[in-house]
Amino acid sequence: MLETRKLTKQFGGLVAVKDVDFSLEHGKINAIIGPNGAGKSTFFNVVSGLYRPTSGQVIYKGKDISKLPANKVAELGIARTFQTTHLFEMATVFDNVVVGHRLRTQSNLLDSIFRTKRLKQEEEKCKEKALEVLKFVGLSKSVDRMVTNISQEEKKRVAFALALATDPEIVFLDEPTAGINPDETAELSQLMEKMAQQGITICLIEHKMQMIMKLAEKIMVLNYGEKIAEGTPDEINHNEEVIKAYLGGSASA
Amino acid sequence: MAAIFSKRNVVIGLIVLAALFPYVARNDYYLHVLTLAFIWMIAVYGLNLLAGFTGYLSLAHAGFFAIGAYALGLLTVKAEMGFWPAFLLAPVITTGIGFLVGIIALRTKEHFFAIYTLCVGYIIYLVIDKWEGLTGGVRGLIGIPAPADIGPISLSTPIAQYYFVLTILLLVILVIYRIIHSLTGKTFIAIRNSEDLALSLGISTIKNKLLSFVLSTFFAGVAGALYASFIRFIGPDIGNLNITFDLLVYMIVGGIGTLSGPIVGTLLIVWLSQNLQFLQDYRMLIFGPLLTLIVIFSPRGIVGFIAGWFTNWKLRRKVNINQAQEQAEEV
Repeated sequence: MLETRKLTKQFGGLVAVKDVDFSLEHGKINAIIGPNGAGKSTFFNVVSGLYRPTSGQVIYKGKDISKLPANKVAELGIARTFQTTHLFEMATVFDNVVVGHRLRTQSNLLDSIFRTKRLKQEEEKCKEKALEVLKFVGLSKSVDRMVTNISQEEKKRVAFALALATDPEIVFLDEPTAGINPDETAELSQLMEKMAQQGITICLIEHKMQMIMKLAEKIMVLNYGEKIAEGTPDEINHNEEVIKAYLGGSASA
Repeated sequence: MAAIFSKRNVVIGLIVLAALFPYVARNDYYLHVLTLAFIWMIAVYGLNLLAGFTGYLSLAHAGFFAIGAYALGLLTVKAEMGFWPAFLLAPVITTGIGFLVGIIALRTKEHFFAIYTLCVGYIIYLVIDKWEGLTGGVRGLIGIPAPADIGPISLSTPIAQYYFVLTILLLVILVIYRIIHSLTGKTFIAIRNSEDLALSLGISTIKNKLLSFVLSTFFAGVAGALYASFIRFIGPDIGNLNITFDLLVYMIVGGIGTLSGPIVGTLLIVWLSQNLQFLQDYRMLIFGPLLTLIVIFSPRGIVGFIAGWFTNWKLRRKVNINQAQEQAEEV
């Protein structure tokens, strides 16, 4: 349902993403891997609307969304997280997540000033949504804790919760387990599987190979902005070009 | 004990205190100073909404304050409009100009936004200073009427004006309180926190930043119009950068991004400068280090400092209670 056609993003003379054709497996866990600087994050930023592609298209449910701003892309049901979680450290977990459902509400300034019925209903809706997604990611007990006081792994969960609060069909996760120990990585993997079971399509960028090979059903490999391989973990494992990209050209020479 | 100091009781207590002040002080000079401080507070609330809650530091704030003041002055003195229509129109004019400036200014971010608005503020000052045909230039505008009577209520005495300004201030605080504690305010805070994250949560950052900017100019306009009708003489100096920096100091000392910061900061600095008047310009020798210390040790000002201390105290108490319970259970 989401695919890219000849997607290209250029920064001046640098081609960060080049002619990438890719489609997501619906309702499954997809992964994008590649060496540092391969253009993975740029690919995410283009698909989620933060960057405009230089050429090529992003097609979602048959419609070209490559010229839409990021907030419109989010409204269509495409959510994302960032490598650094960007949370507001001086507020509680709940306060951070409650704004996640804002895009599904209509209240404007006048509703806020006069505290209209609509505002109260929508605030209640946002609150329920926040508690629901926090429960889903396993943070029910930490709702009232300050974000500064929770662990890195919990912050990642809060970021997941925020993305889920937007009622997404697809979630893009940018290095969700960066800076996290192996045990916690396994727990986050379980959470991603749980999300996929709920029918949410997942696409993640990751460096931890073992984890990806176990978790993902479809993998795309980027190198210098170009797609060099695509397929199941097994296929990727035996792909010569991928081995070359990771181990250096001389390995196979 | 804690119940006596609940939020609601403190607020009611402060309002009663403010309402009784004229009868306690019985001194027109104090009344004048406090009325003026209330007017500054309204402007600081506008600045705080944008800089404190949305994360965009505008240095054109005194410019919009001056536009509000001059709009009221020109409408009443030159266009000979009645006070109340002029008083309603002045913030609208300020907001209109704010909207046009905002569309362009908000294409920039962070330092660039501050520098751009600094320039806009200075240009507004220059226009007021040099456009003698309209504004009277350095001679200023004199003979601005005081608020007209509302039916039998006269607003010409210092006490009446004090209550008039206090009423508007309370309304402004109520409106700001409701904005901050609603979805609109949460949207602003999300933008302050991270614009990229806000965008990917489906928030139109352009629309909401513009809303916050326009609101901040609206409050500057209200404060300016009140100032003009209270002092009844205005010169270009009210649009000067000094005023912007005064407002900034009130906001930062009180607590940027806090709800009661503008009250605390404005009262404290106005009180200090009144008491240190014998030092003349050497007062700055006290304000400078004070500001530096606050920025280093308590970036969220006095209110932020106290709030942080209070949260820690509550947490510690909670932990103690939990420990006590656990011990009791073990026994």
